[in-house]
Amino acid sequence: MRLPALTLGLGLLAALPAHASGTLYVSNEKDDSLSIIDIATLEVVGTIPVGQRPRGITLSKDGSVLYICASDSDTVQVLDLKTGKILHDLPSGEDPEQFALHPDDRHLYIANEDDAIVTIVDVDSRQVVQQIEVGVEPEGMAVSHDGRYAVNTSETTNMVHWIDTATKQLVANTLVDQRPRHAVFDRDDRRLWVSSEIGGTVSVIDVDSKEIVQTIAFALPNIHKDQIQPVGMELTRDGKLAFVSLGPANHVAVVDAQTYEVLDYLLVGRRVWHMALTPDEKTLFTANGVSGDVSVIDVEDRKVVKSIKVGRYPWGLAITP
Amino acid sequence: MRRTVLPALALSCLLALPVQAAETVRLAWLGKARDLPPVLSNLDEIPADKGLAGARRGIADNATTGRFTGHAYALSETTVAVDGDVAAAFKRLVAAGERFFVADLPAADLAAVAALPEAADTLIFNAGAPDDALRVTGCRANLLHTLPSRAMLADALAQFLVKKRWTDWVLVVGPAEEDRLFAAAVERAAKRFGGRIVARKDWQWDHDIRRTAHEEIPLVTQGVDYDMLVVADERGDFGEYVAYNTWEPKLVAGTQGLVPAAWHRVVEQWGAVQLQNRFAEDHGRAMGPEDYAAWAAVRAVGEAVTRTKTTDFATLRDFIRSDAFELAGFKGRKLSFRAWNGQLRQPIPLVTARSLVALAPVEGFLHHSNEMDTLGHDAPEVSCP
Repeated sequence: MRLPALTLGLGLLAALPAHASGTLYVSNEKDDSLSIIDIATLEVVGTIPVGQRPRGITLSKDGSVLYICASDSDTVQVLDLKTGKILHDLPSGEDPEQFALHPDDRHLYIANEDDAIVTIVDVDSRQVVQQIEVGVEPEGMAVSHDGRYAVNTSETTNMVHWIDTATKQLVANTLVDQRPRHAVFDRDDRRLWVSSEIGGTVSVIDVDSKEIVQTIAFALPNIHKDQIQPVGMELTRDGKLAFVSLGPANHVAVVDAQTYEVLDYLLVGRRVWHMALTPDEKTLFTANGVSGDVSVIDVEDRKVVKSIKVGRYPWGLAITP
Repeated sequence: MRRTVLPALALSCLLALPVQAAETVRLAWLGKARDLPPVLSNLDEIPADKGLAGARRGIADNATTGRFTGHAYALSETTVAVDGDVAAAFKRLVAAGERFFVADLPAADLAAVAALPEAADTLIFNAGAPDDALRVTGCRANLLHTLPSRAMLADALAQFLVKKRWTDWVLVVGPAEEDRLFAAAVERAAKRFGGRIVARKDWQWDHDIRRTAHEEIPLVTQGVDYDMLVVADERGDFGEYVAYNTWEPKLVAGTQGLVPAAWHRVVEQWGAVQLQNRFAEDHGRAMGPEDYAAWAAVRAVGEAVTRTKTTDFATLRDFIRSDAFELAGFKGRKLSFRAWNGQLRQPIPLVTARSLVALAPVEGFLHHSNEMDTLGHDAPEVSCP
């Protein structure tokens, strides 16, 4: 499956415009490591050992440190990107899987999958500020750009839990399709996108009313609909496009974020999890768990141009300029 | 493991939740003790709460969700003695207002209970009887099955073996009635998918095989050319001693060796590890197929309550049986009940003691509506009233 893409990639690479500079970090869930990729050359330039079962990774606002959910170490690690060394661990609650950093650059909202809890940690004082009970198997976490809401998706309860970040209380719950895994606010915080892995859909929720305004379904020829399992999502800043990774369907869907029409499906590596857009939004990277590689997508051409071998079971990504 | 859960803090948040007064959804566990003869392979203790632990786990999962929807869940637990009167216990529970039952009963008891006039307005989830007869001739509108049938298990194994082109099987069948039923399911699966039973041997030794397996089993497996030895020994009496004692170096599958099972601790994909962890933490042991079946039954009711936003029995029953119902069951596909016999359609893992080998339906076995329906009895094969 990957060979044609790779060959194609090599052929197209020469024709590509020069990639922006920057660095891509990829968490390798089954290798307890991060792969570091130079975005200009699309080569792996280093590997950093981290805690056990790293999944979600996210950057501080100034890009100086990377927070790493080391799920089986029951901690969030703080990595100094200058030195490549772990500075310290943060208390995270048990089994942290995904998290989101508040725009205040200080409060990390962490989903504790085994405990049905969201933990809020102050990264400066390194203290747990609050723990909030949510549904069974909390996973997806997102904080709105204006900082007002933190949302969590619970995979077995099948809800989006809305946390008011001022009061740190749950204020609403929205029922979505089976096994919601990831949530993303659009740029102006009007809509929240939520992917349901087993339901096979993406729900677009109105942030004011907390009601679903659109449900997006996917269909690929020759792939059973049960194999189409949306997980990762990336939205462009201009509000025009959404990318949805479809898990074991090994494709990324390109969606018109205004009409909700699916425009295209791009073949990537096997079991695609999360994705990351470069700051110029010209390139999209996907972490492909089973094939152990990262697919490089040219956003404008909607073409997969390369795949880069990383560690075992790549899961999450983060980009520094 | 480090625990930083702060119960007091969490509790204070909980009180502030905008939850309406809880309505309680009641479920009843109805089990019957079994008279199990001693078996030679007794390394794995049969848990006293087999099945029941799964129902309790399901209640806890439902309750977490119910906090946000204003629903509480309660499980009453009744286990009848080996010679006890199941029907009387069932009637008492119905009289006490129970409508949803999770049953761990022998097939005959289950069929008798489901046929009682008192059962008309109930929904019984069979989480303990794998008998195909219940799904082929004995179906009832008030009876659903969350435990896979023997046919589903045998079909799962057959698909895998045929896909591997290991098509010639020797079938070794234990003396118990359930062994004969499992063997019948294997023979049916061979016909459906293109396997061949090149020899069938009835296990006839009743002495302690543990000291003499190296002498007896070569003789049973000698003089026949085959790919896979399929053993039918549901109780685990002799089957564990077959591997490595065959005449030729052959693989073993069936009730031992490579085993098709509704659930096993090696299942960890599709988020299953979270369910496994929750279960192990509460019950101090691994989750088994009967636990999974009971968990799925309780979760089916919980899911119906969440989706229909009601606790009305008839609405919930109709929803669970409808095409709109779907359950995320940690097997990578959404699960639902077959309209023709009430069986929960579900993938079947093929497992060894420490690894997942495959997941059926195996790629390439097609079905016109749902590939999971290649496992077990399909609509045209069912002759239910």
